[in-house]
Amino acid sequence: MTDTAERKTLTPEHLLDAYRTMRTIREFEERVHAEFATGEIPGFVHLYAGEEASAVGVCSNLDERDTIASTHRGHGHCIARGVDVAEMMAEIYGRQTGSCHGKGGSMHIADLSKGMLGANGIVGGGPPLICGTALAAKLKDSGGVSVAFFGDGGSNQGTTLESMNLASVWNLPAIFVAENNGYAESTSSTWSVASDNIADRAAGFGMPGVIVDGFDFFAAHEAASEAIARAREGGGPTLIEMKFTRYFGHFEGDQQTYRASEVEHARAELDCLKRFADRVTETGEVARADLDAVDAEVGTLIDRAVEEAKAAPMPTEADLLTDVYVRY
Amino acid sequence: MARNITYREALNEALTQEMERDETVIVMGEDNAGGAGAPGDDDAWGGVLGVTKGLYHKFPGRVLDTPISESAFIGAAIGAATAGMRPVAELMFVDFMGVCFDQIYNQAAKFRYMFGGKAVTPVVIRTMYGAGLRAAAQHSQCLYPLFTHIPGLKVVMPSTPYDAKGMMIQAIRDNDPVMFFEHKALYDLSGPVPEESYALPFGEANVVRDGDDVTIVSLGRMVHTSLEAAGQLAADGVQCEVIDLRTTSPLDEDTVLESVEGTGRLVVVDEAHPRCNIATDISALVARKGFGSLRAPIEMVTAPHTPVPFSNALEDIYIPDAQRVVNAVKTVTGWSR
Repeated sequence: MTDTAERKTLTPEHLLDAYRTMRTIREFEERVHAEFATGEIPGFVHLYAGEEASAVGVCSNLDERDTIASTHRGHGHCIARGVDVAEMMAEIYGRQTGSCHGKGGSMHIADLSKGMLGANGIVGGGPPLICGTALAAKLKDSGGVSVAFFGDGGSNQGTTLESMNLASVWNLPAIFVAENNGYAESTSSTWSVASDNIADRAAGFGMPGVIVDGFDFFAAHEAASEAIARAREGGGPTLIEMKFTRYFGHFEGDQQTYRASEVEHARAELDCLKRFADRVTETGEVARADLDAVDAEVGTLIDRAVEEAKAAPMPTEADLLTDVYVRY
Repeated sequence: MARNITYREALNEALTQEMERDETVIVMGEDNAGGAGAPGDDDAWGGVLGVTKGLYHKFPGRVLDTPISESAFIGAAIGAATAGMRPVAELMFVDFMGVCFDQIYNQAAKFRYMFGGKAVTPVVIRTMYGAGLRAAAQHSQCLYPLFTHIPGLKVVMPSTPYDAKGMMIQAIRDNDPVMFFEHKALYDLSGPVPEESYALPFGEANVVRDGDDVTIVSLGRMVHTSLEAAGQLAADGVQCEVIDLRTTSPLDEDTVLESVEGTGRLVVVDEAHPRCNIATDISALVARKGFGSLRAPIEMVTAPHTPVPFSNALEDIYIPDAQRVVNAVKTVTGWSR
């Protein structure tokens, strides 16, 4: 850990922002978990709690030139890219006021104006797409980079492997972030990933591969910062593997019979928010009171998002047929 | 001013003119530059069928070779389209959709709807289809019915050099994802094509021959087969109105229904397999909305429900020919209760 280098780029203001974003993701997901149990939220919901350091560690290095593609477990990536939390909540509730006017749902939240090319219901759906956004950035010489987040499951998809090859062949400003949370649905990545590490596969595609403690915001931020800077300068793609645990099941309602006490351990000992808070208060960069204030502020934000979502109108029959085409 | 050029040249000219007009237009695919820049530069392929030949030198940096990696580069074309480019990607044979279909039907086709109208994906996917080159089961299929089924995609299939140019220009300028089907037996077909740029709107069928007795609805290469049959039938005093659908999504229902209203008899000629194809779709349309006009049951002329065979002896009977169209027309004209 190059603490000194990291501190140069991360001012107290940056740190507080990063904490706020991670806390927003956590609070959002904990609240969706609770609300889902009441039966009011339709469909399939996959929660990102536990993985916040990855989304925020990576996306806090991005700006308006950049694009990300996400996964079915996409709420965290959306929030880290600045997608409106109230609109996201409304979308999850299937409301007309949602990010996608209730036509996408949890698995398809997108906001292209924020460089968020969508959560994706197809495992491995995103990597080819960000090769395209990276190509566009390269051809326009915008300096933009593109990031594909995918899981350990997605790391085994041909689309992901093809995309890593193409990104190297075209020397694209593309970053591949493998979020290895240990399970593809219920199947352990120690079984489904044939190599010791997903990052080991980078060598086969002629790009650097980095393994990161995914519970450590600073490690995630540093790895992403280095990869993104290289990509912006024309140095091509990087594969980053975040290793961590998700706190909830594959989907809401998953009984998680395939794993034992690892979540309790992770929450108690490894949690990214706790570690972040301990570290920045120990160094004195951020006061505990400031973090507490963020916690309160985020709690209010999410309360309001849920209230608004519940009160928002449902889409109407007229909405069913719109926006299939730009013009047909 | 129009002069005779081939279907292949018409496509190349459309790409050239659009790339000159709009720098966001890029071209990508396997061998699309095809060795340009390498020793053997002058022999660069320009795609296996030469449609993109010569573009690399005119537009360096905007004609991209790809690995044989359809999921990645078709997906990349789609991603680039969401980011302000107008990519034209070549899916060499439509049969290869099997290795990249997800990017087309789950990603490109659905972005606009599932993102609540916030995405625009102006991508063109060019692809070669159809039987007749002894290319066998994995390089000869039509498959346009599969794409026509998907909301969010436009599906177009020009039958002449004139349509090829005008529809390619429209496809590039169109803001929705377009599947552009090029029949492999038509690339060398010559016809009059204006030198200047023009766009042909989608969803407008073309009445390519007038007639009062029977309506023949066809598409792609089958338009030529249908015209051949109509010529033979005219000698026997049967006047067929031949309609070239030109696009299956959007579909010009009105032109079909108006024609059947006049003739009362319908034959649909479709090179695709007979189940859930364009012939069944048109038949259902007319049965539902034009039933009162029909004076005979609808006839369909299609390929059989088999993979495309290799041997010329088999492929020649697999592909619908003019004689089968003639027979179908005679069936509907000879029908009585």
